[in-house]
Amino acid sequence: MSNINQWEAVIGLEIHVQLSTNSKLFSGASTNFGASPNTQACNVDLAMPGVLPVLNEEVLKMAIKLGIALNANINSPTIFARKNYFYPDSPKGYQISQMDKPIVEDGFLDIELEDGSVKRIGVTRAHLEEDAGKSLHEDFEGQSGIDLNRAGTPLIEIVSEPEISTPEEAVAYLKSIHSIIRYLNISDGNMAEGSMRCDANVSVRKVGETELGTRTETKNVNSFRFVEKAIHYEISRQINEIESGNTITQETRLYDSQKNTTRPMRSKEFANDYRYFPEPDLLPVILEEDFINSVKKLMPELPNEKKIRFTEFYKLSKYDSSLLAADKDLADFFEEVVQESNSPKISANWIMGEFLAEINKENLDINKSKVSSKQLGVLIRRIEDSTISGKIAKEVFEKMWESSKDADEIISNQGLKQVTDVSEIEKMVKKVIKNNPDQLKKYHSGKDRLFGFFVGQVMKESQGKANPAQVNQILKDKLKKEPIL
Amino acid sequence: MELNEFTLKEQLDGLRDSSFSSTELTQDYLKRIKAKDPSINSYITVTEELALKQAKKADDRYNKGQALALDGIPIAHKDIFCTEDVLTTCGSKMLSNFKAPYSSTVVSKLFDEGVVMLGKTNMDEFAMGSSNETSFFGEVKNPWNLDYVPGGSSGGSAACVSARLASAATATDTGGSIRQPAALCGLTGIKPTYGRVSRYGMIAFASSLDQGGVLTRTAEDAAILLASMSGHDPKDSTSLNIEVPNYTEEIGNNISGLKIGLPKEFFNQEIPDHVRKSTEEAIEVYKDLGAEIEEISFPNIDLSLPVYYVLAPAECSANLSRYDGVRYGYRCEEPKNLEDLYMRTRDEGFGPEVKRRILIGTYALSAGYYDAYYLKAQKCRRLIANDFTEAFKSVDVILSPTTPGTSFKAGEKINDPIDMYLQDIFTIPANLAGLPGISFPCGNHNGLPLGLQLVGNSLEEGKLLSAAHHFQTVTNWHKELPEF
Amino acid sequence: MSLSDKELKEIAYLARINIDENNFPALKGELDQILGLFEKLNLVNTDGIEAMSHPLDLSQPTRKDEVTEINQREKMQESAPLVQSGLFLVPKVIEGEN
Repeated sequence: MSNINQWEAVIGLEIHVQLSTNSKLFSGASTNFGASPNTQACNVDLAMPGVLPVLNEEVLKMAIKLGIALNANINSPTIFARKNYFYPDSPKGYQISQMDKPIVEDGFLDIELEDGSVKRIGVTRAHLEEDAGKSLHEDFEGQSGIDLNRAGTPLIEIVSEPEISTPEEAVAYLKSIHSIIRYLNISDGNMAEGSMRCDANVSVRKVGETELGTRTETKNVNSFRFVEKAIHYEISRQINEIESGNTITQETRLYDSQKNTTRPMRSKEFANDYRYFPEPDLLPVILEEDFINSVKKLMPELPNEKKIRFTEFYKLSKYDSSLLAADKDLADFFEEVVQESNSPKISANWIMGEFLAEINKENLDINKSKVSSKQLGVLIRRIEDSTISGKIAKEVFEKMWESSKDADEIISNQGLKQVTDVSEIEKMVKKVIKNNPDQLKKYHSGKDRLFGFFVGQVMKESQGKANPAQVNQILKDKLKKEPIL
Repeated sequence: MELNEFTLKEQLDGLRDSSFSSTELTQDYLKRIKAKDPSINSYITVTEELALKQAKKADDRYNKGQALALDGIPIAHKDIFCTEDVLTTCGSKMLSNFKAPYSSTVVSKLFDEGVVMLGKTNMDEFAMGSSNETSFFGEVKNPWNLDYVPGGSSGGSAACVSARLASAATATDTGGSIRQPAALCGLTGIKPTYGRVSRYGMIAFASSLDQGGVLTRTAEDAAILLASMSGHDPKDSTSLNIEVPNYTEEIGNNISGLKIGLPKEFFNQEIPDHVRKSTEEAIEVYKDLGAEIEEISFPNIDLSLPVYYVLAPAECSANLSRYDGVRYGYRCEEPKNLEDLYMRTRDEGFGPEVKRRILIGTYALSAGYYDAYYLKAQKCRRLIANDFTEAFKSVDVILSPTTPGTSFKAGEKINDPIDMYLQDIFTIPANLAGLPGISFPCGNHNGLPLGLQLVGNSLEEGKLLSAAHHFQTVTNWHKELPEF
Repeated sequence: MSLSDKELKEIAYLARINIDENNFPALKGELDQILGLFEKLNLVNTDGIEAMSHPLDLSQPTRKDEVTEINQREKMQESAPLVQSGLFLVPKVIEGEN
């Protein structure tokens, strides 16, 4: 597309986060995942005649934490409203949501772009609302089956300002939100399971234009990757349409991950008149200063703060800090390892390397790691104090993972201690040199690359246990001094 | 004297001193219901087996000396209150087969005090009406004259108590649905302060206006029942967490010096002579009781009807969206698709008045009209509430006729919605402001009763009951019963 | 204030109530009458007046985050028009809000 540089995209994200409470937003039914249909839908969730909503206090705490993490205002009073529409998974025929005075308003999130720069994305609002039930379409001829277990589960909808400009920025923003909600322990943020859902509002305009183009809303993107692809596709589609002389229809579109396209959803236009009005069954929610402050005290260190602290205190690179700080469990693990090993850089490398490799291979939760942070810390110390070489340590780590035994036990049982005795190494070096006269001749005639061969032979002779640095030094020495036979 | 002729208080005394048993009392009512109800149609469901079971248990407790506060008193519940495992229809085809899976707080509380439930009373469909002519289960007739309406929406409850087919009946009031039937049937009816009685299990019409209350033969009876019905309910977020006074004690409070306000705008209206006359006579009674009369002004009172007819339909349009044929209730035959399911179920399941109000409400909330109608009405509501606040700075209670006339003939107003709505001009303001109101008999014209209304300040049910009670100690209107 | 046919059709759809074309004129007439009541509201100055959504001037109470409801599916589905395998059945839904 030769004209692509003339265009810019304007993107806003609406992220629905399922809050991990025990009971529902307005009823005492359980929110556990995977229950048999309609066994967790009480009379309130079923919208029986005469039922009334009662607010779950935990939800307020979670929303306040989120608001603080998003540098936003907490509105008091905050008001619930009815959003009216008919759909079988919405039993009351309206959803209790928030319109005016949402609980969180006017915040921002600083995201780090690929080039290392930081961009501030405004968060217009975050409001509470109840989730709908589920429709199942298979197994029933010509019918759909409605399961209302999920109906009434608390959601918080986070709406960004349309200040995102590229699919990559969108993903960075999304990942940031994901990281925060897991840090705050208010949601497990699992996009595949639907506890975090993302809708993308996309429009395009010529660079330099201040007016916004017509936007479309794309739904059904359930992974970071698909968010990027869907937005990318939608931007291209819109540019194509406009360049072909067509106008963009304001509509909702569904992303098809198989074809990597978006297509319009069918719905009557005026049917989207939600007729919001203040929920008469709920009173305005007053959030006292004391209450907000008590919640503030329970806040953990947030990902961004942690990232900065890792960079400054542990002197890690921005990249390493970013990776480690993104997940709270991983960050905690790292700090525990460092407490034991006293070597932040090496610990970071080991965690991002060997450790995560094993975790990812077995798809484990960090908390279910087969090697504890203390154990890993000790292993790293053994490298630092030259008990074992880095290479041997990798073997030891594998064995630790398999057997859950401590590093020291494995090292001594398998006799893996590093050889650091100079005379011993000299013996091995002499032996190797004696056994390889041709290579020696070639080395002396200028084939410097053969140095590596000799190193390899010495390591082999020592079963990998010789201290590589010392081997290098002694070899250099001995290779020079040996007279040509 | 038949047992059903006694007031609730007299029946309670009788049960306590073993003059008769609850089983006898209940059987008396059940027999009378079988004989008389077909001509007035005040009951939708009679729960004979349950009633006798409950009566027996009450008698057992009396025998053991472990009687509960209202033990053995047979009452009826308006069919708007969910009663577990018992048909709860709200007067509608939409719920004509609906057995509630849980009980409302009002019903539970009264059961906990030992009441016997005779059955569920007829009502205007979904509480929308002032004549009980919109019920799917047929019109209710006024026991005073079978050609006339009992009022609505609690017409069944009123007719039933007036005809002595229950000792008392629960009811609900959104724009006058307790007070107006009370006036038309010669009963005492009280709508408490908004939030005084729990709305949990009380099928919603207009959430910010609905209140549960009671229809009885005397203010004393009302005080007894209201005390048991009221109180905080954590299941209702709009329920007041304030102690319930001892109303039966409070009714004895002296009312000498009570300041009664007469809104000049009410009395400047065109009121029939007989209404004006009985109201003036009532005012004289109060003067004799030592009350002070003062003229007050309600500058915004003529906004009440438009405000009500924006807000109530708006809220009901959302409250009634749940009736869609999916999880309970009526479903149309062989729906072709989802749209068809909704559109036909709701067209066939709802009556014309309900549909009219849903449409008006939908319109008032729709894009482009929200500000002009809904929001405007909420602001005008504030003006009306402010008028009351201002009035209560100088008076204790506000007096007016309950209705603009006695009962009217069935069929007279049903085809003229506006004419019907005018029934509620005196009662609606109290609902808008969330204030308590009581109606009690103050006259009779051509064989039809007239009611007097008192509206009080927030949580002043005691004052209202006391004022009504004292009126009833020096007048006999409340003692008159239809020959039925 | 008068409703157009188009408006009536739209609100009937929003409210999901089928209206017979034959009933349109009568219904429109009735609704127009009621809408006529609203004229009075336009004549009032409400500048600076706060809307009143609740008669109570109180704050919303909250409840503890505890599971208090047990599974009562059978009881809750007793009055259901059409149920299979614990699910409420409706004519097939193709695409929708969520």
